[in-house]
Amino acid sequence: MHGYRDRALALVVAIGLLFFGAAANAGPYEDALAGLTTDSFSDTANAINALTATGDPRTGPVLDALKNQRLLFSAGTKRVFIKDKSDALTDAATGQPVAPPPADAGNVRLNNRLRGMLDAALGSLTLVAKEPGRRFDAAQAVFKSRDAGALTNINKALEKETDARVRKALTEARAAIILTSAEASPDDRIAAIAVIRDRGDQDALGLIDGLPADLPQAVRQAAVSASTKIQGNLAFWSALQNAWYGLSLGSVLLLAAIGLAITFGVMGVINMAHGEMVMLGAYTTFVVQEYIRSYNPALFDYSLVIAVPLAFAVAGAVGVAIERGIIRFLYGRPLETLLATWGLSLILQQLVRTVFGPTNKEVGNPSWMSGAFELGGLTITYNRLWIICFALAVFVALLAMLRLTRLGLEMRAVTQNRSMAAAMGIRTARIDALTFGLGSGIAGIAGVALSQIDNVSPNLGQGYIIDSFMVVVFGGVGNLWGTLVGAFTLGIANKFLEPYAGAVLGKIAILVLIILFIQKRPRGMFALKGRAVEA
Amino acid sequence: MQLKTTSAMLYLDGISVSFDGFKALNELSFVIEPGEMRAIIGPNGAGKTTMMDVITGKTRPDNGEVYFGQGTYDLSKLDETEIAELGIGRKFQKPTVFDMHTVEDNLLLALKNDRSVRAALFWEDSSAQQTRINQILDVIRLGSARARVAGSLSHGQKQWLEIGMLLAQEPRLLLVDEPVAGMTDAETMQTAELLKEINRDKTVIVVEHDMAFVRELGVKVTCLHEGSVLAEGSIDQVSADERVVEVYLGR
Amino acid sequence: MGAFPLTRLLDRSSAVFMILLAAFAVVIPTLNLLAPASSGLHVSTYLVALFGKYICYAMLALSIDLIWGYAGILSLGHGAFFALGGYAMGMYLMRQIGTRGVYANPILPDFMVFLNWQELPVYWYGFNHFAYAALMIFLAPGLLAFVFGWFAFRSRVTGVYLSIITQAMTYALMLGFFRNNFGFGGNNGLTDFKDILGFNVQAETTRNALLVVSCVALAICFLICRAVVTSKFGKVLVAIRDAETRTRFLGYRVEAYKLFVFTLSACMAGVAGALYVPQVGIINPSEFAPGNSIEAVIWVAVGGRGTLTGAVLGAFVVNYAKTFFTTGWLAPYWLFVLGGLFIAVTLLLPRGIVGTYEWWRARRAERQVVPIAAQAPHAAE
Repeated sequence: MHGYRDRALALVVAIGLLFFGAAANAGPYEDALAGLTTDSFSDTANAINALTATGDPRTGPVLDALKNQRLLFSAGTKRVFIKDKSDALTDAATGQPVAPPPADAGNVRLNNRLRGMLDAALGSLTLVAKEPGRRFDAAQAVFKSRDAGALTNINKALEKETDARVRKALTEARAAIILTSAEASPDDRIAAIAVIRDRGDQDALGLIDGLPADLPQAVRQAAVSASTKIQGNLAFWSALQNAWYGLSLGSVLLLAAIGLAITFGVMGVINMAHGEMVMLGAYTTFVVQEYIRSYNPALFDYSLVIAVPLAFAVAGAVGVAIERGIIRFLYGRPLETLLATWGLSLILQQLVRTVFGPTNKEVGNPSWMSGAFELGGLTITYNRLWIICFALAVFVALLAMLRLTRLGLEMRAVTQNRSMAAAMGIRTARIDALTFGLGSGIAGIAGVALSQIDNVSPNLGQGYIIDSFMVVVFGGVGNLWGTLVGAFTLGIANKFLEPYAGAVLGKIAILVLIILFIQKRPRGMFALKGRAVEA
Repeated sequence: MQLKTTSAMLYLDGISVSFDGFKALNELSFVIEPGEMRAIIGPNGAGKTTMMDVITGKTRPDNGEVYFGQGTYDLSKLDETEIAELGIGRKFQKPTVFDMHTVEDNLLLALKNDRSVRAALFWEDSSAQQTRINQILDVIRLGSARARVAGSLSHGQKQWLEIGMLLAQEPRLLLVDEPVAGMTDAETMQTAELLKEINRDKTVIVVEHDMAFVRELGVKVTCLHEGSVLAEGSIDQVSADERVVEVYLGR
Repeated sequence: MGAFPLTRLLDRSSAVFMILLAAFAVVIPTLNLLAPASSGLHVSTYLVALFGKYICYAMLALSIDLIWGYAGILSLGHGAFFALGGYAMGMYLMRQIGTRGVYANPILPDFMVFLNWQELPVYWYGFNHFAYAALMIFLAPGLLAFVFGWFAFRSRVTGVYLSIITQAMTYALMLGFFRNNFGFGGNNGLTDFKDILGFNVQAETTRNALLVVSCVALAICFLICRAVVTSKFGKVLVAIRDAETRTRFLGYRVEAYKLFVFTLSACMAGVAGALYVPQVGIINPSEFAPGNSIEAVIWVAVGGRGTLTGAVLGAFVVNYAKTFFTTGWLAPYWLFVLGGLFIAVTLLLPRGIVGTYEWWRARRAERQVVPIAAQAPHAAE
């Protein structure tokens, strides 16, 4: 009868082992979870660390729920629950739904310190997430938080990391931690400074400048020199960013001014209503978008493509009407033409104000013009990029038209010597009307572009008329290249002066500089020479 | 102080002027002695007007030398006003009298006197000035038209008024650009008389196309072509010159 | 005789103008101060101030006509000189407020206290003395005009180019004066004046006095303009206007003539602005707006450029129309009218009212004279 006792013992041991096993299966994860059931901050803190250390995939959702205050515990049953969006509870250990919820279920509480730990813990979890993008973001989070506790996780992640971009971010995060920990050796800290200096952005600068004053001498020196280097780097990128803004402004000026340059070159007429042609183009865009919004919203992304030819037609037609109705009768009297067109601009502004109202109108960016991308240290927005391309395309098209078409040839002839052109059979009256229409039409197109980056109101034109004049005065007349160079020069000069002098003083400075520039070249940079132009 | 050793009233040497690639004057050399009258002829585009532009300071020569007054003044360094003050007067191809002013006022403005702002503001009429104006009106035979607005004069009258204005400036050198264009034969002869009278105490350069007029003047002739001097001599010598016949006079 | 014989200064229309102006300066204050309020002849104090404003505008128009009508210089920025004179006077008036301002600071004007400025900027020194302010009324616009003109005329900038850069000039000034840290009151400008030379700015008697002073100033400006345009200087100016190159060839320093008349014109505009400010009670940066300067030009165009009296008439006519339109239900249509005025005058009435009248009179006179052409010196003697 030894057999029975042995088998009973074995059963007891087995059952015991089973319980032990079950208890052992209530392994590190479950143990850690238990820490959350005591409603004590320090226990919760330990629990968080322990949970993270397990590497158990169930840890993520738990910490996530805790962060979002969707983690509950029951002190009585020593269990932890995750509450989902529909307020149903799931057991955190088993994953099984729990219904009905225990009577004593309450939120696991957090304080600020715990929140910080939680973030770091979540961060270090995501350090090993599947998607490289999430790993990259996690590394950046650690860089910013510099939580020393995450160091081991960082190192572990670094061993396994294959993606180059994420490796760099992890290395920088590690350097950030090392640099800010007083226990690290000076050499380690200097090495860390080097890594952070190479990162070179605003965060890096903030980190280095924010170091406490009591540092070992060598470390302090390294920090200062790194700081200077980063500042230089930042200044460089800032200058490039200004240059970019300058190019963008220049392209806008080019669009706005090139119509004016053409009419002035061919006819010697300054059209003070030119700004209103731009405004009409912008309002055309608005109307087109309104139609699309009401009748066929799906076409919104094509709204600009529709608006451009329409704006050209509208503004061009108005331009031809102006020429035939007013300008034609003031031939040879440029100063009177200036006054008459000013009067016209007043009328056009008031007309638009009456029809559309004086407030700004909503004109949206189509999706392909929204957003931005990074180029080195530059942020490049798509709308400005498209406008630059557009402006250059318009310029090239105009250049081609002037050089290659018959109309262009006749326009150039009239610009250089009107009476001779007339004597050769060119119908100067027709050329005048077409030129004015062309110049106004281009202004209309400029309005479409401007509606994307500026407010659309009846006063839109006034903001650009003086600048357009300056471009024409500066760049000279009779030569499109002059307008191009003039527009971009003024745009870039404006944007470079802005950070030092502010927008207003910068503008004043530009105006004064142009007045002084006129001393050297009274007819602009690329002026026509010779007897015929003396008029 | 002489900048250049020469007895000439006007001395041009190697003058070149280009406009956007077109060579208007090409190594032009030209000399005229004090008290001389010279006629300049040549086809269109020969550079006659450009030469006058250089002398009067309207155009700067690209290279070459131009001196005035026995080598005293370097004209390439002065502007129109300074050159006019030196005593070089120019009459343009188209009559450019002041259409909006009376004949008398045109002469008044042209009279040689203080041209400063102060003088103009505080100007007072004087009998000396009146006498001078009357004298000139006599020479140009416009005495009866003195109160008429210059814009209402006939073409020939405007030409004479302009010559009168030139005289009023008391220049030492007169540059007269096509004075008889558009005039009748009678007026042309009268203009020749007028210029000969003026030449008694002034140096005169006349640019003209009218060969009968040039013959009537009876002076040395310079023929320009493509920016430089083609031939020089008496009217008979020049009109017999092969090259001149080919480019200008025709057969 | 003296340098400016009166017969030369006052031709028929000028004499008529002076008499009308004198009558105006006497009648209006009399009707305001002496005629009882109920009587139909009474002129309200509001009208006195309004007329004072018109007179100042007439002075501005005169200054523009001097350079545009006679020298052909179309300045589209003369409002800047007007405004500078106005600010000079405004600064004097601000200093006069003293402790009666909201913040009761004896030295600093309210807006400076509001901006937390501790002391008066250097360029405000001296404005508590009227003599100094009077000097600056001439000097500020005059100096700006001199420097600007020096650069512009010397490099032979003319015509449309010149007009555009005068626009740029006034635009730049407008941008500057709008800034608070320029120290001129920012976009609120200078206002809340209390008294001028010890007299309460708002009192009836002061307003009438200001009107009379403005009329006197207008008369003086007019006589100065007449003196200039009837002298030989004036003849040269007209020659420059119509045939600049020819004038240069005659030996005249065109730049010097232009510079002188431009600076003189700016000083006149400055005086106009200075007298304007106490009568309207405020000066702010919108006076520098390019549109204002262009509007002033149309006054001259409507009245008749190159006639002087036309400038005054135009200023009155257009501004009266503006007051009429903008103070009633027709207000939104004023800009249409103004714009239309620009177009109509340049297309249909280029000589303006007075100019057309004088041209018509000259035509009639000409037809009655035996043509001199019959005596042309064609017959060879």
